[in-house]
Amino acid sequence: MNKVIQVEGLTKMFGDFTAVDAITFDVKKGEIFGFLGANGAGKTTAMKMLIGISNPTSGKATVAGFDVYTHAEDIKKNIGYMSQKFALYDDLTVKENITFFGGIYGLSRKRIKEKSEALIKELGLEKVASQLVGSLPLGWKQKLSFSVALIHDPKIVFLDEPTGGVDPITRRQFWEMIYKAANQGTTVFVTTHYMDEAEYCDRVSIMVNGKIEALDTPKKLKEQFQAESMNDVFLKLARSPSPALPKGKGVNVGENYNNGTKSSPLGS
Amino acid sequence: MLPIIFVLPLLQLVILSNAATFEVKNIKFGYIDNDHSSTSRALIEKFNASTYFDVLTDFPSEAKASSAMLKGEIDVVLEIPRHFARDLQKEKHSSLGVTINAIDGAAAGVENVYITQIIQSYNKNIRTDLAQISDAQIQPVIIDAIPLFWYNETLNYKTFMVPGILVLLVTMITLFLSGMNIVREKEIGTLEQINVTPIKKSQFIIGKLFPFWVIGMGLLTVGLILARLIFNVPMLGSLALMYVYTSIYILVVLGIGLFISNFTDTQQQAMFIAWFFVVIFILMSGLFTPIESMPKWAQIITEFNPIKYYVEVMRMVMLKGSGFKDILPQLIKTLVYAIVMNGLAVWSYKKTI
Amino acid sequence: MAQNPPLWGVRGAFMKRFIGFIKKEFYHIFRDRRSLFILFGMPIAQILLFGFAITNEINNVDIAILDHSKDNTTEEIINKIAASKYFSIKQMITREADIASVFQKGQVKAVLNFEKDFGRNLIKDHKATIQIITDATDPNTANTITNYLNAILQQYQKELNKDITIAYQIIPQTRMVYNPELKSVYMFVPGVMTIILMLVSAMMTSISITREKELGTMEILLVSPLKPFQVIIGKVIPYIFLSIINAVVIVMLSIFIFNMPVQGSLILLGLESVLFIITSLALGILISTISATQQTAMMISLMGLMLPVILLSGFIFPISSMPMPLQIISNIIPAKWFIIILKAIMLKGVGMQFIWKETLILLGMTVFFIALSVKKYRIRLE
Repeated sequence: MNKVIQVEGLTKMFGDFTAVDAITFDVKKGEIFGFLGANGAGKTTAMKMLIGISNPTSGKATVAGFDVYTHAEDIKKNIGYMSQKFALYDDLTVKENITFFGGIYGLSRKRIKEKSEALIKELGLEKVASQLVGSLPLGWKQKLSFSVALIHDPKIVFLDEPTGGVDPITRRQFWEMIYKAANQGTTVFVTTHYMDEAEYCDRVSIMVNGKIEALDTPKKLKEQFQAESMNDVFLKLARSPSPALPKGKGVNVGENYNNGTKSSPLGS
Repeated sequence: MLPIIFVLPLLQLVILSNAATFEVKNIKFGYIDNDHSSTSRALIEKFNASTYFDVLTDFPSEAKASSAMLKGEIDVVLEIPRHFARDLQKEKHSSLGVTINAIDGAAAGVENVYITQIIQSYNKNIRTDLAQISDAQIQPVIIDAIPLFWYNETLNYKTFMVPGILVLLVTMITLFLSGMNIVREKEIGTLEQINVTPIKKSQFIIGKLFPFWVIGMGLLTVGLILARLIFNVPMLGSLALMYVYTSIYILVVLGIGLFISNFTDTQQQAMFIAWFFVVIFILMSGLFTPIESMPKWAQIITEFNPIKYYVEVMRMVMLKGSGFKDILPQLIKTLVYAIVMNGLAVWSYKKTI
Repeated sequence: MAQNPPLWGVRGAFMKRFIGFIKKEFYHIFRDRRSLFILFGMPIAQILLFGFAITNEINNVDIAILDHSKDNTTEEIINKIAASKYFSIKQMITREADIASVFQKGQVKAVLNFEKDFGRNLIKDHKATIQIITDATDPNTANTITNYLNAILQQYQKELNKDITIAYQIIPQTRMVYNPELKSVYMFVPGVMTIILMLVSAMMTSISITREKELGTMEILLVSPLKPFQVIIGKVIPYIFLSIINAVVIVMLSIFIFNMPVQGSLILLGLESVLFIITSLALGILISTISATQQTAMMISLMGLMLPVILLSGFIFPISSMPMPLQIISNIIPAKWFIIILKAIMLKGVGMQFIWKETLILLGMTVFFIALSVKKYRIRLE
C-alpha cells in the first residue's frame, strides 16, 4: 500500500458552479505533497472532500485505504488536520488544549500525559503551558496547532494554508517540523499559495479554476515550463484566461517571491 | 441576515399585534344543574346567549366539573342548587354557586363582572315576572354610570398595540445590530485594522452606526405603512414630528448598543447584556401592563427606560394627535439621553482601544 | 494498518472522550466570567424586578373630576374614590373643554363627569347620571378603569339602598379558586420563569455552537473521529446543568419571595422543567444548524423568539381571547405548554394524569427539533 491517497475524476459542484473539476492524482506514503493554487482555485474544497467533511459530487477517492463515500469515519481516525485558522481554543490553556484534542482522538490518559509533556518540551512551551492560548503569539499557536494535529500519530496530516500570517523565521521552523514528521513516515498533504514553500515539497500539483493543470516535482515543473522558480511556473499557468478569478486578488505570488519576507495579509 | 432584519419584525408586527388584548371573551363555561326547573334552564339560557361565554358544558356532578377545571377545560362553573326555583318563589331569594379559576386574577375579575351583570339582568326579569304590586316598596336609587371611551370608542386594542409593537421592533433591531457590531470586529480582529487607518474615531463610529440608523428609520416607515394599510391605525398628529422624534430616539438606542459593545469582549457577552436590558425595557415600558400600577420604586426605574418615552410619544402623536408642545417633555428627556449615551459610548470607545 | 493499533477502538474510550469534551465546555463557561455572571445574575434580577413590577392590576391611576353639581353626594362619592387605592385624584377641572386637554397632555387616564344637580336628582327622581370618560387609547386599561369605577359607584348605591330589601333575586356566591386574592404575581411568575429559561437555553446553545463554527474549531471537531451528534450532545450537557441551576433558583425565589405555592409535587415540577430546558436547548441546536455566524444565531433566537414567547404563550395576554388563527399558532409555542404545566402543578396541585397531554406535546417538539437539526446538519456537510 504505497499510495495513501488515490483520487480519480473527483468533482464537486455547487449548483452550476464547478468548484473542483475532475481532478486525478495520488500521493505516496511519506511524501510531502504540495497542493497549490490561487485563492478560490478549489484547493480547500478538494481537501474537504478528502478529509470527509464534504461529499463529492462524482469521482473516486480513497484516503489511507478508505473510500471517502462509504468510510469517512474510518478516514477521520487515520488523519490529522490543521486548518488555516490554527483553530485552538483561545480560552483554554496550552495543556488543556492538548488534553482535549488527545481526548477526542481517544488517547489514554497516560498517553496524553506523555505526549503533552514531550510536546511542550519539544516546542519550548514549558513557561506558558498553563497560559491561555489566546495570549500566545501567532507563530506559537501555529506550531502548537500542528503538533496537536499529529497527537494521535495519524498516517496522513492535512495542512490547509498553515503558514498564513506568520513571520519567515517561524515559517522556516514550521517547515522543519513538517520535514521531521515526514521523515517519521507521516504523509503530509499541504495547501499553500506561497510559491517559495512549493519548492520545499516533494511533489506539487497546481490547481487553476478547479482543474489540476500541472503535477510533478518542483524541479521537473520548472524544466517543463522553462521557468526559474515555482513562482514563474505559477504565473505562466495563472496567466491563461481565468474568468473566475478577480484580478489582483487571486495571486499574490509576485510580491511574496520578490521579497520573501513579507507575509500575505490575504487569507483565502 | 436581511430577512431577519426586515421580514421577521414586520411579520411579527402584523401577526402579534392581534394577540395583545386583555379582553376576556370565549370564556370556557360549565354548569351543574341540580334543580332542572324552567327557572334554572332560563338562567343557563341567559349565559348561553351571552357572547362572552363560549363552551357550555353540562356536568352531572361537582366532581366531574372540578376535574374538568383541573384539566383546564373550563374556567367558570355555575352550580345551581336543588330547590333553586322553589326558594326563589317562597323565600324570595335564592343562592347560586359560582366558581372561577382565578390564576389569571385580572381575567377572573372581569369574568366575575360579566357573571354579575347577567345575573342582575336576570333578577330584573324575574322581578317583573313575579313581583306583585304589594311588593313594591320604596323605590331604590340608581346611579346611572355611562362609560365613554374617548379616542377609541370601540375599544379596538390593535390601534393601541400596533404603534407599541412597532416601537419594540425598531428598538430591538437597532440595539442588537449596533450592540454586536463593534464587538464582532473586535472578536474577528478587524478593529485593529481600522485603528491603524487615518480615519478619526468619531468618523468611524458615525460610519458604523449610520447604516443602523437608516435601517431603523426604514423599519419605522414600512411599519407605519403596514399599520395604516392593515390595521387602519389613524395618524392624527404630524408625521414629521414622529420622524423627528424617532431620529433622536434611534440615536439613544445606538448609543446604548455601542456602549455595550465597548464594554464586552465577545458577541456572546454583548448579546446577553443587550437581551437583559431589552427584556426589562419591554416589560417595563407600559406597553403591555400599565406603569401606574407598578410600585413607586419600579416607576422610578421606568424613568430611565427610553422605550417608555417612545411608546408614549408614538401613541400620543398617532392616536391623540398631540403636537410638539405636548411631547416636549419626552423629547427633551430623549435628547438628553441621546447626548449622554453617545457621549459615554464615544468616551468608552476611546478608552478601550 | 496492522502495525498501527487503533487508539480509539475501545468502547470505554467513548465515555472518556465524551467526558473530556464536557470538561472543555465547562472551561469555556467558567473562563468567561462576565457571561457567567450575566447568566446567573440576570434571571434573578429579572424575576425580582418583574415579580414586583409587572401587574395588570390597577393602582393609583390618576383621574380628574368635573363636578357640575358640587353637593354633598358628589363630595361623598369623590371621597370614596380618593380613599380607594386604585385611584388618585390628580385635578379638578371646571370646563368640558378641559377634558380634551388633560387627555392630550397625558396627565390623567379618566375623567368623572357629574351632571348638574346630581344629588338633587338622586333624591327627587331616584336616579342621577354620571359619565365615566376614559382615555381609551389604551383600551385594556380604559376598560379596567371603567369596571373599577363602576364597582365603587355600585357599592355607594348599595349603601344608599341598604334599608330597602329587594325581593326576588338570585345572590351569587362566588368562589375564586387557585388564587383567591387575585394576585397577578401568580400569573406572571410562571411566565417570567418560562421566558428566562427558554431564551437563556436557546440563546446559549445556539451561540456556543455557532461560535465554534465561526472560530473554525468546529471543522477540526468534524474531522476528528467524534460523531457530529456527540459533538452536539457534549456541547449541550453543560448548559442543561446551568439551566437546571437557574430553574432551581427561580423556583426558590418564587416560593420564598413571592409566596407562590407549590401545591403539586416538587419532583414533577423539576422533571417538567428539565424537559422544557431540553426542548429549549434542542431549539437552540436547530437555530445553530441554520445559522453560520453568532450574529445570525443571536438575531434569530432573540428577534424570532422574544416577542412570540411574550405574546403568544399566555404569559400576559389570555390566549382564549385571541383571534382563532392566533390561537392555532400559539400551539407551536413550546412556552405556552410549559406555562400551562407550571400553573397546573404550582397552583392547581395536579399530578401527571392532568398534564400528560402537555408533557407529550413538549416531548414531541423536542424530538422534532432534534430530528430536524440532525437532518439540517447532514445537509450542511454535503
